[in-house]
Amino acid sequence: MFWNEEIETMPRQDLEELQLKKLQATVKRAFDKIPYYNKRYTEAEVFPEDIETLKDIEKLPFITKDELRESYPFGLFAVDIKEIKELHSSSGTTGKPVVSGYTKKDLDTWAETIARGLTMMGIGEDDILQNTHGYGMFTGGFGVHYGSHKVGAAIIPISTGQTRRQIEIMKDFGTTGLIFTPSYGIHLGEIALEDGIDPKELGIKAIGFGAEGWTEEIRQRVEEIFGCKAYNIYGLTELMGPGVGVECEAQQGLHIAEDIFYPEIIDPNTGNVIGGEKPGELVLTNLEREGMPVIRFRTKDLTKLTYEKCSCGRTHARMSRITGRSDDMIKVKGVAIFPSQIEKALLKVGDVEPHYMIIVTRPETLDEIEVKVEASKDLFFDGVKEMMSIQQKIAKSIENETGIRVKVTLVEPKSLPRFEGKAKRVIDERNLH
Amino acid sequence: MKIKQLSIFLQNRMGSLSKPLEVLSNANVNIRAMCMADTSEFGILRLVVDNPEKGKEVLEENNFLVKITDIIGVEMNDTPGGLTTVLKIIKDNEIDLEYLYAFSHEKEGKAILLLHAEDIDKLASVMQENDITVVPADEVYNL
Repeated sequence: MFWNEEIETMPRQDLEELQLKKLQATVKRAFDKIPYYNKRYTEAEVFPEDIETLKDIEKLPFITKDELRESYPFGLFAVDIKEIKELHSSSGTTGKPVVSGYTKKDLDTWAETIARGLTMMGIGEDDILQNTHGYGMFTGGFGVHYGSHKVGAAIIPISTGQTRRQIEIMKDFGTTGLIFTPSYGIHLGEIALEDGIDPKELGIKAIGFGAEGWTEEIRQRVEEIFGCKAYNIYGLTELMGPGVGVECEAQQGLHIAEDIFYPEIIDPNTGNVIGGEKPGELVLTNLEREGMPVIRFRTKDLTKLTYEKCSCGRTHARMSRITGRSDDMIKVKGVAIFPSQIEKALLKVGDVEPHYMIIVTRPETLDEIEVKVEASKDLFFDGVKEMMSIQQKIAKSIENETGIRVKVTLVEPKSLPRFEGKAKRVIDERNLH
Repeated sequence: MKIKQLSIFLQNRMGSLSKPLEVLSNANVNIRAMCMADTSEFGILRLVVDNPEKGKEVLEENNFLVKITDIIGVEMNDTPGGLTTVLKIIKDNEIDLEYLYAFSHEKEGKAILLLHAEDIDKLASVMQENDITVVPADEVYNL
């Protein structure tokens, strides 16, 4: 089953011609309409007419999250605000948030990417789709919502939380499709079992998940709990939202909607494009976007691409599961956290920045963060009560900064490892990769 | 009069107590009394030694986090009720005691009680007003 058979199974050569045309148009529009690109490309002495082949994209400089932030809020819009119909934003916990603006056509393109994905998962007009992604500025909720409308499924916009109500609705409404983050899905399944309801009996046909790291074992667990297949969905607010890539029934990687997003894999250290199917950092370019075309965005996500035709018949490139990050961002409970936020929180408590380390674990199904902080003269008092209250103060400060509750442990001075050059602040023991 | 106690931050893990004690022993610093306040993750080791300055110095050289805290030592009778007498005076004077520990010494029938409160001067004067002997610091260092 295809949502858009002509495009999704287009021979590679035709697809690449289409991509080139769209890329040329996108670069020209960005250069003409957005001062940022105009300045940047002029400085790099590369102009829209220099894009003669797809490979010429490599002449263009990258754009990163930092530049998107600097243009806060609307600096990268290519259209007048009257053309913008919807605004989304990243949480902004790491500084200024990244804003994403959508024209009417962009919302339709977004829905198209999700519609293709839902069709891959076997979700169509006969289905009832329960969307546990949060509705709000986060793109997860609405992206799925619009795609569901497009394929004609009945969407239940329940958002995250209220776990028992979720289960009751699954049962009473006859939900056939679920969208969740893997850890929330497992939690949902466990609560159902606790209440004597076997999730397998609920008649769920397919699950779409993403927004956090997971392993094949977690997928298997989810599939066992619910008795159906679970498909990976990838996306990011900067480019659009979820739907950049979705898995088909073959579950052999996520098909990138290549007529809408142009993918490249680069060496994160040199910035050079890596040929073949070797792993590296994913770089994405919007080929269709009106409101805010983003060109050569460094996702910092590590993956690899294959251009081999899939057994499902689709010709679009497939990316493998994200295997890590090229920066030190960690995703915990679906929330992105940078060590710099922890630093900021620590500085708010004491005058000097203490040495610290972040340890992420997943003892059961939910993530836990422990922040080990080396005690110092500033952070040492001759009383257990005072010491406990310092730990609490640090934890509170980190929670204010990141929105995540962490466990703080004070450790002896010089007991944490030291690094030459760039410090390694995060130990991820979740074995997600 | 005030005794300079060493307060040392330690993590609660196997063997963490032996390292600072080894450092002190290598520096020939003798421990007169000790107590440990601990939680599941960390502890505060409190020591009265014969040479607090030197103790602090060598511990810090070995990366320990050390604070010098003023405490007082009072003499009490090494008999049933000896401690209660002292504590009752403290309570009656509404002093919030942070912690205490005790040790006995060669002086026949007497023990020394080490006390810490937020207002250490007030604690000391209350003791004296109630005819409790506050032991001079030097005496405790050089027992």
